[in-house]
Amino acid sequence: MTAAADIAPATSASLLQRAAAGNTLPILIVLGALLLVWYAFTVYLNAPWQIDAYARADTPWTAADLVRDTMAQERPVLPAPHQVAAEIWKTTAGTPITSKRSLFYHAWVTLSSTLLGFVIGTALGVLLAIGIVHNRAMDKSVMPWVIASQTIPILAIAPMIIVVLNAIGLSGILPKALISTYLSFFPVVVGMVKGFRSPEIIQLDLMRTYNAGGAQTFWKLRWPSALPYLFTSMKVAVAISLVGAIVGELPTGAVAGLGARLLAGSYYGQTVQIWSALFMAAALAALLVGIIGIGQRMVMARMGEKA
Amino acid sequence: MSGEVLVNANPAIRPVAASSSGSSDTVVEARGLGLTFETNDGPVRALSNVDLTVNKGEFVSFIGPSGCGKTTFLRVIADLEQPTEGEIHVNGLTPAEARRTRAYGYVFQAAGLFPWRTIEQNVALPLEIMGYARAEQRERVHRTLDLVNLAGFEKKFPWQLSGGMQQRASIARALAFDADLLLMDEPFGALDEIVRDHLNEQLLELWARTDKTICFVTHSIPEAVYLSTRIVVMSPRPGRVTDVIESPLPRERPLDIRESPEFLEIAHRVREGLRAGHGDD
Repeated sequence: MTAAADIAPATSASLLQRAAAGNTLPILIVLGALLLVWYAFTVYLNAPWQIDAYARADTPWTAADLVRDTMAQERPVLPAPHQVAAEIWKTTAGTPITSKRSLFYHAWVTLSSTLLGFVIGTALGVLLAIGIVHNRAMDKSVMPWVIASQTIPILAIAPMIIVVLNAIGLSGILPKALISTYLSFFPVVVGMVKGFRSPEIIQLDLMRTYNAGGAQTFWKLRWPSALPYLFTSMKVAVAISLVGAIVGELPTGAVAGLGARLLAGSYYGQTVQIWSALFMAAALAALLVGIIGIGQRMVMARMGEKA
Repeated sequence: MSGEVLVNANPAIRPVAASSSGSSDTVVEARGLGLTFETNDGPVRALSNVDLTVNKGEFVSFIGPSGCGKTTFLRVIADLEQPTEGEIHVNGLTPAEARRTRAYGYVFQAAGLFPWRTIEQNVALPLEIMGYARAEQRERVHRTLDLVNLAGFEKKFPWQLSGGMQQRASIARALAFDADLLLMDEPFGALDEIVRDHLNEQLLELWARTDKTICFVTHSIPEAVYLSTRIVVMSPRPGRVTDVIESPLPRERPLDIRESPEFLEIAHRVREGLRAGHGDD
């Protein structure tokens, strides 16, 4: 402990230096600017209701009162950042994780179907890409449908998927996950088709001179060539998987999950709750994309990529 | 090999052995070979009426301006292109059969190393594909990297090596599975003169040590004369052989042989051949 205290000044000095040298400082400046703008809008957007309230209660008010009160409303048009932060704190650290009031609980519900949908979607995307690259008929026939599938608004098709799957006895996590799958397979198909076709002609010719079979060419050349594309597609796919899971929770009257939390919030005008669920979703997306990024760096380092 | 073919009752194979002069010594034999590419601008005759025999242990260079079909001819030997006329045999087999018996190692213009594999893994690639045992793979990788003077670079990735070293690694990769025929398509074309000289010297040394047959495409006259026992001069539109020059130079060739009168005389003849081929355009 004392040792830690001894080195603390040095560490913080170097941290500060690193912050100034790297991109931490710019990020902090942008963040600060955003917060200022947010606070300004909080006052501006909540002021009409607050002034009405003063008038109804016949209370005299000053500008300072207005600023203070617009940031402390029960159901503000736009909650202040610190209100959202307090709500997030209360519903995460301040609530047992098993409670239905815990944001972690809801996040986990959404996360589980996100991950299931993402895994199925990635696998489906890779399989379709393999088919498309190796089979001319599939190249011609499947790709247009893959693209067409993404022109349908997910908000329109999500309730249909849920209703149809419920009718054949599938309920719970799977229908939601399938909506994630529906969204997430697309970037994987597109990315992997490009990835599997990325080997140079010289490399394919080389495999031919070795009389390599299709499977050997795939595993020793096409698959490693496509890996960078896979990770990039997976980053997109996992983020829209999360969107899919949340959308999947909206139309079903689901009782748990970030989507349900958003819906309930909007029913009861609980804007603070909506915003805290939104932030939780954003944090979740950042976490998932970050994890894939770490995986990418580890795999690419093993594949000899320049540091 | 010849005995096998002679007792073979298959009439499709018999004429090959019969027609070839000294069948066991003939590695590549082309008769009336032609290749026409169908392009959007109409047919392009890449090769026309090529007759050529390459014997075992020879170092044959193919030289000519771009578009003369020298690379195409090499690719036909390797079964990477299909001829449209005439016939060609590699070790008495069709190119496709020869490729399936892994009769040749091919060195491309670019090293074409797989960037995610280390140098030793790159050299081991053909061995993995051909199903060599692990221990044998290790031994062969070690031996061939030694042969091209790349010992000590086993664990490096391609981007950590210079262009010349990468090309040496790609030669090691082509040598690893001991094919008797080495097909080299302008392997040193992208390298600077000094590195090229050095690699030419090493290639001759390697050829002397391994007793391989080498077909070598180049557009450098000194390179062709320095390396070859025979120089095939080609000309474009349509790609055809205009001259075949036997080199009187000894097999052992120090770099300064390039100053000798014999060397300059052959170089002159090659240049004349190239100029004659250009006369019609």
